[in-house]
Amino acid sequence: MLAHQGHACHVDSLRRLPFTVALENFCRTRVSYGARNQGESQMRVEREQPTLGVTPNPRWVFLSEVVSMTVVSRGFGGRFRRPNGEVTPPGQYVVDDFPVLTAGPTPSVTLDEWDFSIVDETGSLAAHWTWDDFLTLPTESPVVDIHCVTKWSKLRTRWEGVSVDTLLDGVESSADFVLAVADGGYTANFPLADLTGGRAWVVYGYEGEELDPEHGGPARLLVPHLYFWKSAKWIRGLMLRNEDEPGFWETLGYHNYGDPWREQRYWGD
Amino acid sequence: MRWLVATVAETIPETATATTLRLDVPSWPGHRPGQHVDVRLTSSDGYQAQRSYSIASPPGTEWLDLTVVRLTDGEVSPYLATVAGVGDQFELRGPIGGWFVWDEEDPAPVLMVGGGSGVVPLMAMMRHHAQSGSAVPVRLVYSARELQDVMFRDELESLADSTLRVVTVTLTRERSSEWSGRRGRIDREMLNEFGWPPNAGPKCFVCGATPFVEAVSSALVALGHDPTSIKLERFGPTGQ
Repeated sequence: MLAHQGHACHVDSLRRLPFTVALENFCRTRVSYGARNQGESQMRVEREQPTLGVTPNPRWVFLSEVVSMTVVSRGFGGRFRRPNGEVTPPGQYVVDDFPVLTAGPTPSVTLDEWDFSIVDETGSLAAHWTWDDFLTLPTESPVVDIHCVTKWSKLRTRWEGVSVDTLLDGVESSADFVLAVADGGYTANFPLADLTGGRAWVVYGYEGEELDPEHGGPARLLVPHLYFWKSAKWIRGLMLRNEDEPGFWETLGYHNYGDPWREQRYWGD
Repeated sequence: MRWLVATVAETIPETATATTLRLDVPSWPGHRPGQHVDVRLTSSDGYQAQRSYSIASPPGTEWLDLTVVRLTDGEVSPYLATVAGVGDQFELRGPIGGWFVWDEEDPAPVLMVGGGSGVVPLMAMMRHHAQSGSAVPVRLVYSARELQDVMFRDELESLADSTLRVVTVTLTRERSSEWSGRRGRIDREMLNEFGWPPNAGPKCFVCGATPFVEAVSSALVALGHDPTSIKLERFGPTGQ
């Protein structure tokens, strides 16, 4: 939240003061800054910050409720600052390589075995494609930024695949939610509205090449506006649901929705 | 999840590049072995950087230990491993991750396979195994480059025995003839020799850099282990 403000607050000198005094000075600096430049929304966000277990001076109680208690780490300068105008979600840093993160072994599925199913909320098979069928669907080539919950972001990645709008075309459903199902038992859940409207794809190409199994090949989901764990690797189908059902990481402490711009990494964020 | 203030109580050098930060974290809610934390550093001008680090200490100790390897091109790890000293503060939140966790109630034998700094969350499991007096048999296969890169060496030797906690260390680049232990990368043969047979139904925890994790997990599947019993955690430049 404070990452791009270019704001100096002389904390090296504050560190030498008794802690509560330093804290008060720190708060005062921050709130005057916040009031001048940030407005109400910033204050609302920072209200969720910890209060350090320090009993504040009564004069500053109101400040402790609205001001970040962020401590400054002596001697930390920061090496990965981004050029002006290049914006990433809070807490993210940009990488050039493409890290791999999976919970279990990479499944092996042959293209002969591969298929893709859409099951509607009544449990009926609503659509089905073999690999060859899938390749005949209209393709799109989205270029998007992706954001992993482990903090890396990768900018301007180019993919090739089929829009989920195309896959759902002709599927009769009144479902509000969807569960993406992948080889290896992995699942990820969404409001259906997050996979439609040109915001999600099932992709099989990356930067002009076939999608590598490490990165989810033969095909993975791509939902770039949510943290990347939502973009399920090795996807095999979509299950439409009337009720939301948390997926794999969503039951293991990670946020149910996962908006990187609101830094929804974990339960309670 | 709330950010908490951590104060460095002690720094413990582990290897030439790895340091354990012993942290005082008031209101730490407790954790399970294998979980990690997010660390957030803030510079004096407000710039912030976040990274994830595995917890090395077992549940129930007074301190929270993070063992951090300094990455040459890193942003956060050089600070934690070389700059931060006693009394310095930063923020962290956690515990995070409900998957790569050893459950002491689970009677299944355990195979832990660590590469380099990937041994850190496994160390939390080993320590918890010892402290909890678990009767579940555990085997740890740990790969490091050279002897000087082996973390927690003395402690691993004291934790190891011939039945309950069997520790195998293999070195991939050690030149000295003084090392009489295993050499070479962890492969299918080594896992067959020092791990569990698939019919023992072990829970497998594999942690290391991505190529290591890919190779070990593929080898375990090839040996016949149930893929759903294999849990992976990766370290690397992005896991600073």
